[in-house]
Amino acid sequence: MRRAILIAVPYVWLLALFLVPFFIVLKISLSDIALAIPPYTPTLDLSQGWAGVRDFFGQLDFENFVWLTEDDLYWKAYLSSVKIALISTVLTLMVGYPIAYGMARAPEEWRPTLMMLVILPFWTSFLIRVYAWMGILSNEGYLNQFLLWTGLISTPLTILNTQTAVYIGIVYTYLPFMILPIYAALERLDGSLIEAAEDLGCSRLQAFWLVTVPLSRPGIIAGCFLVMIPVIGEFVIPSLLGGSGTLMIGKVLWEEFFSNRDWPVASAVAVVLLLILVVPIVLFQRNQQKQTEAGQ
Amino acid sequence: MNSAVFAPWEDPQAKPLIQFQNVSKRFGDFTAIDTLSLDIFEREFFALLGPSGCGKTTMMRMLAGFETPTEGHILLGGQDIDPIPPNKRAVNMMFQSYALFPHLSVWENIAFGLRRDNMPKPDLTARVEEMLRLTRLEQFARRKPHQISGGQRQRVALARSLAKAPKLLLLDEPLGALDKKLRQDTQFELMDIQEKTGTTFVIVTHDQEEAMTVASRVAVMDQGKLMQVATPDRIYENPNSVYVADFIGDVNIISGRATSSAEETYSIEWAEGQAPLTATSATAFSAGQSCHLAIRPEKVTISSERPADAANAIQGKVHDIAYLGNLSTYHVELPDGTIIKAQTANTRRISRRSFTWEDPVWLSWTATAAVLLAA
Repeated sequence: MRRAILIAVPYVWLLALFLVPFFIVLKISLSDIALAIPPYTPTLDLSQGWAGVRDFFGQLDFENFVWLTEDDLYWKAYLSSVKIALISTVLTLMVGYPIAYGMARAPEEWRPTLMMLVILPFWTSFLIRVYAWMGILSNEGYLNQFLLWTGLISTPLTILNTQTAVYIGIVYTYLPFMILPIYAALERLDGSLIEAAEDLGCSRLQAFWLVTVPLSRPGIIAGCFLVMIPVIGEFVIPSLLGGSGTLMIGKVLWEEFFSNRDWPVASAVAVVLLLILVVPIVLFQRNQQKQTEAGQ
Repeated sequence: MNSAVFAPWEDPQAKPLIQFQNVSKRFGDFTAIDTLSLDIFEREFFALLGPSGCGKTTMMRMLAGFETPTEGHILLGGQDIDPIPPNKRAVNMMFQSYALFPHLSVWENIAFGLRRDNMPKPDLTARVEEMLRLTRLEQFARRKPHQISGGQRQRVALARSLAKAPKLLLLDEPLGALDKKLRQDTQFELMDIQEKTGTTFVIVTHDQEEAMTVASRVAVMDQGKLMQVATPDRIYENPNSVYVADFIGDVNIISGRATSSAEETYSIEWAEGQAPLTATSATAFSAGQSCHLAIRPEKVTISSERPADAANAIQGKVHDIAYLGNLSTYHVELPDGTIIKAQTANTRRISRRSFTWEDPVWLSWTATAAVLLAA
């Protein structure tokens, strides 16, 4: 009995907070737009009895999903999101790995402080930090002022409202998610393994590629997924830092929902986005599981 | 032991493989190695023995190239190796933690060093197979390090460090992680492999029994200095200081004043109202010089009557008996409270033991049994 309750807790949690909302969204995606509150039809009317339920299910169709394939805006937005996510994951890895490596190699008494510094940005609202980047990157922003002052440039650079600004924003925001798992993997690394590799004829660089990188691979994979999965659906950064040229599915979804008030199409976009994300999430889970098994 | 035949350290013509020339190593204010000179010869099995923090690991890391001497030079085959990085030295090391690469199989671990030399594939395969045979690991070649036992891991580490056929193999506490029984078996295996491959081995250990078993010569270290470098039997029988005598095995130390009584023979005044002890010594002592007499417990005979012809005899009573199975150690209390240990082989069953607690006994030893050491 107690066991049953214990097992039931996570399932009830999952059911109430994930599956039920998902089915509501799925249902809306199968509905039609309507000038009403809520702005879609049909709604389930149980007072009609069995006929009402049948009528309700009869009105559901895949029209909105078909629409997603007819207008090229949507698949272009999905593709562009995945592309931006992949590129920014690689950029974050390139910035994050050296930082994590430096932290893991730092004297032991410094490490908690360095870790603190990585986590520190979380103390401020994410939104405010992105707005701060607008102040830095705009034409009259600090970056341009500084570059003009040094004489490196004579006319201000246009960074804000471009793809570059989006990449800067994403790398900045998601950097801790890349650093922490890589740092965890590197900190566990036994220093004598590097010495053993050098002793057996490796140069420093070879030892890094042949020992350090393979042994931090679980951390790299975890970090990449932790960055890529949320970036695909990212909405705030492209809408604040990106221009009209930045096409991302999160932004499209927001516009469908709030500007067009087309809840059914917005829900269909969300359902497809979820299906796209299932693949990397499953791969991520597999990686985590393998890591736990190897750790035993 | 082949030490009777193999003793290049006694041949003035022999060229040492490794030479430490007045080497010092300091870490900040701490002196790990203090102006130390030492020659190690080819094919030797050389043990660095000492308590933790005595500098033995620093010496090994300097040989491997992970540390450079603050002063002095280390020569390998006559060449100064200080500027040579670890990956360019014909020296390999077996790490205390074994440092096996967890992401590679046993086979790949052994092949790791050979691949760095771009050895042709057929030669590489042959060499790895040979190493696997030598360490009896053939059936574990495909396993990962976490899938084999501690003893097998130790053999993989050995195979990996021997694969490149180094001029010198360094072993850092190689048997520290094994249990006692396995350690003893492995000691003989190590000696066997060392003989087969003809590689010079330098082993670092804090276990004196291990050093005595495997090594052709032992260096006893303390606080960055060499206390004595000699064959195991000389270290045991003729320690040059109280420190060495005390560090290696069990010993009774009696302090007193030496007076020459005959050529190379001294009588030692050691306690009020006790007859002086007699001991021979090749080292000269001036009259009345304070000294220590070191006697191994197994060289002390215990008897109920005073032995007629003994050079040294003291009376006491049995204070404690340590029964070790094959041996018994009697702790005999002298009238002044000093405890002297005497060891006898248990050739008879314990029920027929001649002495028991509080029995008055006589301890005796010959004039040559004890070593006379300057205080």
